Amino acid sequence: MKLKGAEIVWECLMREGVEVVFGYPGGANMPIYDAMLNYPVHHVLVRHEQGGAHMADGYARVSGKVGVAMATSGPGATNLVTGIATAMMDSVPVVFITGQVAAHLIGGDAFQETDVTGITLPITKHNYLVTRADQIAETICEAFYIARSGRPGPVLVDICKNAQVESCEFVYPEEVKLPGYQPVTRSPRSLLDEAVALIEKAKKPVILCGHGVLMSKAEEELMQFAVKTQTPVTSTLLGLGAFPASHPLSLGMMGMHGEAYANNAIQNSDLILAFGMRFDDRVTGTLKTYAPKAKKIHIEIDPSEVHKNVFVDVPLVGDVKTVVSDLIPLVDEYDHDEWLEEINNWKNEADSRSIMNWEDDGKLYVAHLIGDIWKATGGGAIVTTDVGQHQMWTAQYYQLDKPNRWITSGGAGTMGFGLPSAIGAWFAAKDQEIWAIAGDGGFQMTAAELTTAVQEGANVKIAIMNNNFLGMVRQWQEFFFEKRYSAVNMLTPDFVKLAEAHGVPARLVTKREEVGEAIAWARKTRGPVVLEFRVEQEDAVYPMVPAGSALHEMIRRPVKQAA
Amino acid sequence: MNYTFIALVENKPGVLNRVASLFRRRNFNIESLAVGRTDNPDVSRMTIVVSCPNGDVDAHRIEANLYKLVNVIDVQDVTHQPSVTRDLALIKVKVAPDRRAEVNGLAEIFRARIVDVAPDSVIVEITGTEDKIEGMMELLRPIGIVEMVRTGQVAMTRGVNDGVRRMPGMSDRHYEEVPVAAMVP
Ligand SMILES: Cc1ncc(C[n+]2csc(CCOP(=O)(O)OP(=O)(O)O)c2C)c(N)n1
Ligand SMILES: [Mg+2]
Repeated sequence: MKLKGAEIVWECLMREGVEVVFGYPGGANMPIYDAMLNYPVHHVLVRHEQGGAHMADGYARVSGKVGVAMATSGPGATNLVTGIATAMMDSVPVVFITGQVAAHLIGGDAFQETDVTGITLPITKHNYLVTRADQIAETICEAFYIARSGRPGPVLVDICKNAQVESCEFVYPEEVKLPGYQPVTRSPRSLLDEAVALIEKAKKPVILCGHGVLMSKAEEELMQFAVKTQTPVTSTLLGLGAFPASHPLSLGMMGMHGEAYANNAIQNSDLILAFGMRFDDRVTGTLKTYAPKAKKIHIEIDPSEVHKNVFVDVPLVGDVKTVVSDLIPLVDEYDHDEWLEEINNWKNEADSRSIMNWEDDGKLYVAHLIGDIWKATGGGAIVTTDVGQHQMWTAQYYQLDKPNRWITSGGAGTMGFGLPSAIGAWFAAKDQEIWAIAGDGGFQMTAAELTTAVQEGANVKIAIMNNNFLGMVRQWQEFFFEKRYSAVNMLTPDFVKLAEAHGVPARLVTKREEVGEAIAWARKTRGPVVLEFRVEQEDAVYPMVPAGSALHEMIRRPVKQAA
Repeated sequence: MNYTFIALVENKPGVLNRVASLFRRRNFNIESLAVGRTDNPDVSRMTIVVSCPNGDVDAHRIEANLYKLVNVIDVQDVTHQPSVTRDLALIKVKVAPDRRAEVNGLAEIFRARIVDVAPDSVIVEITGTEDKIEGMMELLRPIGIVEMVRTGQVAMTRGVNDGVRRMPGMSDRHYEEVPVAAMVP
């Protein structure tokens, strides 16, 4: 069967089970958009390519499938860049398809020519420049395979315009031939035995649960292992939800804004079991004093992560699910009552400082609002965030018992991620409740996607935590620059009017007593809704490990006397 | 210290760029890089000499990151392995006809060859280890080097010895378990 290159693109996407793509047309991908009309695919016309990239990312994180975003050449493709880097840092499988000028024009600075494979080389797992129609099928097949296998990540396919219009015989490859790409899934028995020997000896073990657990769908295995060995579990920002927050063995989040008891547990432990995480500087603090007494076992699919930041005693390279399944029958049942008791004492001490135990002083605190949303939604919503203080408070107080409903930009910390990723999430889970928690700063970065939400009828509830500040930067200036505020005080638009101008129902909430009703109203109103909360301007996220400090050197929330 | 790696890569456009970018991105300094086809037209072979200030720790990182590139098939570290390494240099020397014999004599000692003779210059071709080439340059300099070019080092292990492969399972070849203790700086 002879087909045009543009048709082959869609034939391939159909075979990969793609139902929705997020994109924006232009000169260099018009043949692809023309061919699209004949295929049963839902195209979401975004308002900025960055939004499209984040939507595909949010869709992928919730669905577990590969997301797809499209853009034209030149500025279309460069607008994707932030979204690609975001997906790369968080290992999210997204295939990006960009149009490129005709092959014979490449190198001549043609109109809207940009070296997109060059630009995206360091921020993709792999990328391709396709110059002929007969390369398209094989390339797209490989792109999807690479994006979803091993350590997932974004793959970009840049397709020259001539390749889109030329015709060739279409055959979808049955398998990919990639001699240099063979992800390792299983660790050898000898190393498993070494790990077991360390586990047997441990008196104070702790599991560090990362994004890899969710990526490899290893929640069940993690639970079995933790319960069998009575090992407490703390999560990275992206690992939240893989282990139920309400479980007695759960220590919540670790790291810069992690729970003090989680960080203390790490610093005092004698065995660290890292499951699908990469010892990012935001979770370790300074490496010099990181977990000094602990032996370390690292289960990780990407060999380049092993010994990268932290030297480990037993590296178990492989898929978390497979490796942990292999480990479970090899370990005995243990109890670590004394250790858990020690941790419990830290937990109780943390409780005495918790803002959740403050009496109502009439002000709106983001932590309380997140608690209110959590209560109203029964803790079961899909929650996306932007980046900043509100992100950390959401991580701390929207306590998740279930996986794949926590969508946040971790590695890149990309402001503007919250709203578009929520729209993408909605396409993956239309029957579920979805909340986007945004800051006043970050919301303005991709606010144009409100119209996209309206056009698509995306049922997302948007809570803007308006502190009139670039709050997280303000907090750093308060703590580390003697409160010299520089470029953090931000005039914000009237978010209610802004929302209404887009056709989105909206409410402003300034008082505690209005909160419950506003949340209830947002939940029962169909389609996108905006709630603007005027929150306490200069609250800070606690605990905080200053960058470069030891993990146990935390700035804690002062104990407040009950009013 | 400098480490020498042999990488087998797919012979596809852009692969050299990917490898070179990787070293820049991960902040390593390439001392020399030589690429060419192998007996298999689908596979190219690179010899990469990289400065590794942290010794084996860096070598481990380089290997692991090279494997992250989809087109990289096999990587071995031949730094500490008995191997043959060669560099080829062409050196143009400004020399009047009456002093040509001097250059000829030097070439003979170094087993180099005169591959071109012009009225006032000659081109010397020399193959060998880096040391040998530097040695020859030293002696030609007073006579007058006009220009020179080097291919960069190529390497091959002797006999059946392989280099060190630190990444289990990344290629179907034998790998050596390198104990962490040996790597920790
Ligand atoms: C695209 C981008 N630019 C800059 C930053 C640096 N940054 C991190 S948090 C933050 C402040 C965010 O302010 P806001 O969205 O109002 O959230 P808040 O911290 O007040 O909750 C900034 C500027 C970033 N993470 N991303
Ligand atoms: Mg703010």
